[in-house]
Amino acid sequence: MIRKTTALLAVGAFALTGCTENNAAPAAGDARHLAVTATDDSCQVAAATAPSGTVTFSVTNSGNKVNEFYVLGSDGLRIIGEVENIGPGLSRDLVLSLAPGEYFSACKPGMVGEGIRAPFSVIDSGEQVGPAGDDKQFVDQASTAYAGYVKDQTDQLLAKTQKFVTAVKAGKDDEARTLYPDARMHWERIETVAESFGDLDPRMDAREADLEKGQAFTGWHRLEKDLWPARATGYTAMTSAERAKIADTLLADTKTLHQRTRTMSFTADEISNGAKGLLDEVAAGKVTGEEEYWSRTDLYDFQGNIDGARVAWEGLRPLLKKKDATLDGQIDKEFANLQQLLDAQKQGAGFVTYDKLSKEQVKDLSDAVNALSEPLSKMTAAVLK
Amino acid sequence: MTAVQPGGLSRRGLLAASGAGAAAAGGLSAAMMLTPGHAGATPEQAADSPAERRYDFRGEHQAGITTPAQDRMHFAAFDMDPRASREDLVALLQDWTSAAERMTDGRGAGSLGPLSGPYDAPPDDTGEAIDLPPAGLTITFGFGSSLFGGEGSGKDRFGLAARRPAALERLPHFPGDNLRQQLSDGDLCIQACSDDPQVAVHAVRNLTRIAMGRAHLRWSQLGFGRTSSTSDAQSTPRNLFGFKDGTMGLRGEETDAIDEHVWVSSGADPLAEWMTGGSYLVARKIAMRIEPWDRSSLREQERVVGRTKAEGAPLSGGTEFSQPDFAVKGRGGQPMVALDSHVGIAHPSHNDGVRLLRRGYNYVDGNDEMGRLAAGLFFIAFVTDPRTHYIPMQTKMSRDDLMQEYVQHVGSGLFAVPPGAQGDRYVGRGLFA
Repeated sequence: MIRKTTALLAVGAFALTGCTENNAAPAAGDARHLAVTATDDSCQVAAATAPSGTVTFSVTNSGNKVNEFYVLGSDGLRIIGEVENIGPGLSRDLVLSLAPGEYFSACKPGMVGEGIRAPFSVIDSGEQVGPAGDDKQFVDQASTAYAGYVKDQTDQLLAKTQKFVTAVKAGKDDEARTLYPDARMHWERIETVAESFGDLDPRMDAREADLEKGQAFTGWHRLEKDLWPARATGYTAMTSAERAKIADTLLADTKTLHQRTRTMSFTADEISNGAKGLLDEVAAGKVTGEEEYWSRTDLYDFQGNIDGARVAWEGLRPLLKKKDATLDGQIDKEFANLQQLLDAQKQGAGFVTYDKLSKEQVKDLSDAVNALSEPLSKMTAAVLK
Repeated sequence: MTAVQPGGLSRRGLLAASGAGAAAAGGLSAAMMLTPGHAGATPEQAADSPAERRYDFRGEHQAGITTPAQDRMHFAAFDMDPRASREDLVALLQDWTSAAERMTDGRGAGSLGPLSGPYDAPPDDTGEAIDLPPAGLTITFGFGSSLFGGEGSGKDRFGLAARRPAALERLPHFPGDNLRQQLSDGDLCIQACSDDPQVAVHAVRNLTRIAMGRAHLRWSQLGFGRTSSTSDAQSTPRNLFGFKDGTMGLRGEETDAIDEHVWVSSGADPLAEWMTGGSYLVARKIAMRIEPWDRSSLREQERVVGRTKAEGAPLSGGTEFSQPDFAVKGRGGQPMVALDSHVGIAHPSHNDGVRLLRRGYNYVDGNDEMGRLAAGLFFIAFVTDPRTHYIPMQTKMSRDDLMQEYVQHVGSGLFAVPPGAQGDRYVGRGLFA
């Protein structure tokens, strides 16, 4: 399915230590809430000091250039937090957890150069501020693990697609029908990564309804329709030459995907947003039975998306447990609940078809997806805290 | 212009309306200011209270297009009865015209009203609007392509095929569409808007009743909370995604732009000269994926829209009404307002200067079987020609708009809206002349 997911890859601008919020209400006289007025040639921070703890900088760009605001370490190099892309006239908040010490504040009009810097001191308020520094190690571990997972899944996707394509071209339809959902599961596990390739995704995974007039219908779902034509009214089966062409292109595109995923790397927010994105995929197309309209094998895809989200979460767990153990506990519980519901629909090595589900069962699954998605959507902000 | 109705004698059927006339007279200038340069219907009776506001049904253009968008809507599409003749269709339009004229004036649907007439007969008005002022009621009629024969329905049932406007085809399939037949198309449509939902519903209910045996209700939609402004006097409302909507939409005050983008001009379509002064109504029921949207970060939401959630300013800077500057680059050299953001896709500068007069409404139809809010936007736009003013833009949106991830189009209709009924003529008379 073509989805313009910005969850992975597109949104990588988050700094590890910073996060922005726009709704932190400024309390009058709050020493931890500082207004920053940035112009094209000045950077006025309301105060040069703040008590240690959670500090909010409300940055207003009063100039004509795009601006950004930084808090830097005492060496003037280490970025403690930043908020970028503040258009002229707009305001953004930067919320940071600051330990006692010396820092620099900096605006960067036009987003170039060293910026307009000023010393900034954080005075010990006695409040415990979480340790920083070793988070990077957790992120590196998560990134390595997730990149490995993506590689492994595309390895399996390629191998199984190869078998599927061979069966399709040989006219072994029963075998192809068995291989189809199994191979696609590997696509679904890494769907937010796979569909980030805008050239491949429409060719490989577009549903017929996603196409515009005159656009070619190719890829997995084109073959799906030919293998399960029962719901297609007035459908004319493809010739073996047509089938071979679609199948060969699918395989070639899978090889391209495989090759491109060899060297990918991921940041914490990409992994985390990817997990949420996979749950969105479930909510949008799988739990509604829209994704596999012809074969009704939606629950395989469902499981694939959930697997992918779980792996992403597991990679980030050490960091999340440190930052927000309660949230981690919620996610843990909801993954288990959802999996239990899915397990109840297992049949042999796979799942029952979507049309076998009662309305109540679909509702239960949907509720469970919501129950998991809600805490999962908070993971990015938590791990970047 | 008549500023004061004579005594309000027949308002909603004989119920006293003392004070309404006086209030209306006193508020004339205020209401005039509320509707400056109003190109279609003029306020027949003006009032400083929105509830007392009323718009003349008759005029060069139909009311409900450039009229300042009211807060509520009841939209309905009808199919002609298979047995209905051309004469039945004409008679229906005549009956609808007189009922609409009465109801927009604050009177009952029939000449007797809800409480008069034979005691042993059902009243000719259903009565739920007794005591209610018109609250700015407008009623707008349109013709679907199926009324003109061809296109599946086969034969030319009403002898209108030769006068079918070239622009009146079914809208094409757009990527991602999941249209339901029971929420799409129709031979006729009625858009009833009012600041009081009961007044709008009353209008559609009575017009449906009048049509029985000649035309049958095919589908309808209730809307609340206008999602666009059609007058400078209005503030920009928010849609169910929590963002201001329709900031760039055409306003009634922009009369030159309205002439260019909304009304059909003489000579535009030789087969359909009867459409001169009319417009085309595009209706799309757009389901919103509320739950995933609510779980997306503010960063993602603003990126998708291309504007700030707080004020609605473009991310390139400025205030709500600043033009987005697509040349302004942020971190990584990327445009601050993404070209595939909602604003980036829909902006006139990326659509050959095309602008739409939007009149959409929020809707919530309870919830679906999965316990998700069945909510979204009932999009209505009035355009001079859908082939230039809707189809190309929607094609691009459906393909590239980041917001597509959070919406699904489930209903669709295109209707030719004839010019206003002038003098003592009925609406659409030009088609049968």
